[in-house]
Amino acid sequence: MSGIPHDHYEPKSKPEKWLHKRLPIVGLAYDTLMIPTPKNLNWMWIWGIVLAFTLVLQIVTGIILAMHYTPNITLAFQSVEHIMRDVNYGWLLRYVHMNGASLFFIAVYLHIFRGLYYGSYKAPREVTWIIGMLIYLAMMATGFLGYVLPWGQMSFWGATVITGLFGAIPGVGESLQAWLLGGPAVDNATLNRFFSLHYLLPFVIVALVALHIWAFHTTGNSNPTGVEVRRGSKEDAEKDTLPFWPYFVIKDLYALVVVLIVFAAVVGFMPNYLGHPDNYIMADPLVTPPHIVPEWYYLPFYAILRAFTAEVWVVQFASFITGGIVDAKFFGVVAMFGSIFVMALVPWLDTSKVRSGRFRPAFRFFFWLFAFDFMFLMWLGAMPADGPYASLALLGSAYWFGYFLVILPLLGLFERPTAVPETIEADFDSHYPPKSAE
Amino acid sequence: MYIQPEHSGISKGGRPLSHAEDTGSRRDFLYVATATTGAVAVGAAVWPLVDQMNPSADVQALSSIEIDIDGIEPGTQITKKWRGKPVFIRRRTAEEIEASRNTPLADLPDQTSQNDNKFESDASDENRTLDEAGEWLVMIGVCTHLGCIPIGDGAGDFGGWFCPCHGSHYDAAGRIRKGPAPLNLLVPTSEFLSDTVIKLG
Amino acid sequence: MFKKTLLSAVVALGLGGNAFAAGDAGHIEDIAFSFEGIFGKFDQQQVQRGLQIYTEVCSACHGLNLVAYRNLGDHGGPSYEADQVKAYAAQFEAFDPELDDYRPAIPSDYFGNSNDENAPDLSLMAKARAGFHGPYGSGMNQLFRGMGGPEYIAAILNGYTGEEMEQAGTILYANTAFPGGWISMAPPLFDELVEFEPAHDNNVEDLAEDVATFLMWAAEPKLMDRKKAGFVAVLFLTFMAVMLYLTNKKLWAKAKRKD
Repeated sequence: MSGIPHDHYEPKSKPEKWLHKRLPIVGLAYDTLMIPTPKNLNWMWIWGIVLAFTLVLQIVTGIILAMHYTPNITLAFQSVEHIMRDVNYGWLLRYVHMNGASLFFIAVYLHIFRGLYYGSYKAPREVTWIIGMLIYLAMMATGFLGYVLPWGQMSFWGATVITGLFGAIPGVGESLQAWLLGGPAVDNATLNRFFSLHYLLPFVIVALVALHIWAFHTTGNSNPTGVEVRRGSKEDAEKDTLPFWPYFVIKDLYALVVVLIVFAAVVGFMPNYLGHPDNYIMADPLVTPPHIVPEWYYLPFYAILRAFTAEVWVVQFASFITGGIVDAKFFGVVAMFGSIFVMALVPWLDTSKVRSGRFRPAFRFFFWLFAFDFMFLMWLGAMPADGPYASLALLGSAYWFGYFLVILPLLGLFERPTAVPETIEADFDSHYPPKSAE
Repeated sequence: MYIQPEHSGISKGGRPLSHAEDTGSRRDFLYVATATTGAVAVGAAVWPLVDQMNPSADVQALSSIEIDIDGIEPGTQITKKWRGKPVFIRRRTAEEIEASRNTPLADLPDQTSQNDNKFESDASDENRTLDEAGEWLVMIGVCTHLGCIPIGDGAGDFGGWFCPCHGSHYDAAGRIRKGPAPLNLLVPTSEFLSDTVIKLG
Repeated sequence: MFKKTLLSAVVALGLGGNAFAAGDAGHIEDIAFSFEGIFGKFDQQQVQRGLQIYTEVCSACHGLNLVAYRNLGDHGGPSYEADQVKAYAAQFEAFDPELDDYRPAIPSDYFGNSNDENAPDLSLMAKARAGFHGPYGSGMNQLFRGMGGPEYIAAILNGYTGEEMEQAGTILYANTAFPGGWISMAPPLFDELVEFEPAHDNNVEDLAEDVATFLMWAAEPKLMDRKKAGFVAVLFLTFMAVMLYLTNKKLWAKAKRKD
C-alpha cells in the first residue's frame, strides 16, 4: 500500500487469526487507518474528512427525510411542510440536509482548489483526480435532483431550464428531453423518477469515494511541497511520515468540529440565507418567476452557460462551420460541461515539472486570478444575463478556458520555479525547529 | 482501560511538560475528557434521528377525539374511527341493561372487564359501561379473535354483537360468550366531558 | 444576522435600508422584530394580536392552510390554552370527507384555503419573500439584516400612498413596496381598525408589525426551538473544539520536538 515501507497488521488473538484467514477485513481497516502520512500536511488537507462526514450526514438525514416525504406533485410541497411542522425534529433534519448540501459544496471547492494549487493531480495521482471529478459530477447531479423534490417554484423552473438544455442537443435532443422528463414538460413523472435517482446517486458517490481513497492510498498522499515520501527504507519513511491514526485523525476531527461550529450557527440562525425565497411558493407551471437562479454552487457554470449568446463571435463561427447544427443554446451547454472537462484534463495540460504552487511564483499569480474568476463567475451567475453582465461573463469564461488550455501548458515551459526542499522532513523541521524553547 | 486521573489541580489542558518524563495520568485525563465529550456529542446527535420516527404532532393530535352523542336514541349505535380503529358507542335499552346486569359472572369465558378506565376489575356490567346507569357502552369494535369488525344491533345468540368471520358471539355488554375470541371487546380510555360529549383517549 | 441590534439602530437612523436589485421596486424598512437575532423570541402577546388581525381582516380573502388550529396552543407561538384553542376553532367550519359535508372545526383541523383566488395563502408568505437584496448581488444586506420577509409584509401594509388607477377593468393601488408600484389588493389596514384587549397601540404601523410577526410564526413555528438548538450546539461544539485543540496539541508535541 502506497509503496511506503511500514509495519503491517499482525493478527494476535485466536479469533483475530481465525477471521484473518477467511476475510482480512480487520487487516484492511488497520492498514488503511495506520497508513504513513506525510507529516507536513497543512490545514488545506482537512477537507477530505469534512467531505466524508458530510456525505454520511446527507445520507443519514436524507434516508430519514424519505420516511416522511411524498414524491407526488399534489403532496410533495405539503409533505415538506409536514416535516417542518409536525415531524419530531423534522425542522432540524430538513435544515441540516438543505444546508448540508451547501457544506458539501464549499468543502469540495476548497478540496479541489487545494488540488489545483499544490499539483495533487500530477503523476502518479491522475486517476485519483479523475475519480474526484466523477464524484463532483455525481454531486452536482444529486444536488440538482434533490432541489426539485420540495416542488417549489425554483424546484420546478430550475428543472425546466436544466432539462431544457438536453433538448438543445442537435438531433436527439427532443427525444432525449422527453425521455428524461417522462412527458412533454416537468410533471409528476419527472418528480417521481428524480426522487428515485436522488436516493440512488449518493450510493454511487460512496462507491466512487471508496475508489478515490483506494487510489490515493496506492500512490500515497501528496503534501504541500510536492516532494515524495522517501521509500528507501522504513527508517527514512518514518522521518517523513506519521501514522494516520492518531495524528491526522485527531487533527482532522479538530478541524471538522471547527467547521461544524460554523455549520451549526448557519443552521440555527440563518438556515434560509443560501436558499431562494421563491422555493417557499408551491410550483406553478403557469407562473414563471422573474429571476430563475440555481443554488449558489452551480452559479459559475450557470454564468458560463449563459455567456455564449448568438452575438458572440465564437458561437457564430461554430454555427457557420457546422452549418447551423450548433446554435447558441447548444454551444452554451457544451461550454458548461466543457469547463469541467478541461479541469478534469489538468494532469495532462499542466506541463510543470514542479508539483506544488508553493514553488511556482508565476503560476501563483494566474492561480489566484483563476480563484477570483471562479468567485466572479459565481456572482455573475446570480445577476441578470444582460447589460454589462453579459460581456463580463464572457470574459470570465474566456479566462477559465484560457487558464487550463493556454496558461497552464505554457507556464510549465517558461516559468522559473524556486528551490524545492530536499525532503518532507526538511520542510517539516523548518516549520518546527527541533528543541524549541518552551 | 484508563488510569484514574489524579486531581492535581491542573487546568483543562495542563502546561506542556518541559522535560522528557510524561505524567501518564495527566495525558490520559485529557484524552478521556475529549472522548467523553465526543460521546456526548454523538448521543445528542443521535436522539433526533431516533425520535423522528415517533408519532408526529398531527398524529398525536388525533390521539384524543371528542364525540357528540346528542341525539343518539336508546337501542342505537354510532361507529367512529379513533387511532385507526372503529369505536362502537351504543346507547342501550333498559332490557339490554337488565339482561347484562343479571348475567352470572361464572358464565363469562373472560372474567376481566378489559376496561382501560377501571384497571384490574371484573367483567360485571357495571365495570363495562361508561356511566353508572349503564346506558352508554363504548368499545373498540375489533373482534378479539383475529380483528374483524363484529355486527351489532342485537346480533348473535346473546343479543349483542356477532363476528361473521369465525362466529364469535358477544352479549349486550360486549362480553365474549361463545366462539373463538378469547377476550371481551376492549373498552378504551374514555370519559364524559359533558352530558352530550364523550372524549376518547 | 449578527450585530443585529447595532445595525438595525444604524439603519433606523436612515443610513439606507433599501432593496435595489434589478427588477424590484420599493423601499423596505428594517424592523427590529423581537424574533430576530441569536436570542430572538416570539412575543406571545404580539403573536396573539397578529392572529386577531388575521382573523378579523385578512382571513376574509387569504387562507392559512398549512397551519392547524391546534398549533395556536403550541409553545413558542400564541400559546393559547386548550379550551381557548377549541373555542377559536369552533368559529370556523371544516369539510369532513366522512360526512361529505361541513361541520364545526376542531383543533386538529387546518385553517381554510383562500376565499379569493387572487389572494395567495399566507402560511409561508414571511419566508416566500425577501425584503432585502444586494448591494449589487453581494448578499450583505441579507447577511446583516436577515432575509426581510416580515419586513416586506409590513412594508406592503404600510406602503399605500392613497393613489388608485384603473387598468383593464381592475383597480390598482399605488404601493411603495410592491414590485412595479401598483398592487391589486385594496389597502386592508386603517388606524384603529382592530381593537385589542388589553388595549395596545393600533395604528397602521403597529397593526402591520403585529400581523407580520404572526405571519412569521405561521411560516416558522419552530423558530424558537431552532435558535435554542443552534445556541446550544455552537456552545457545545466550541467546548469540543477546545478539547480537541488541546488533545491535538498534546499529541503532536512529541512529533514536533523530536529529531
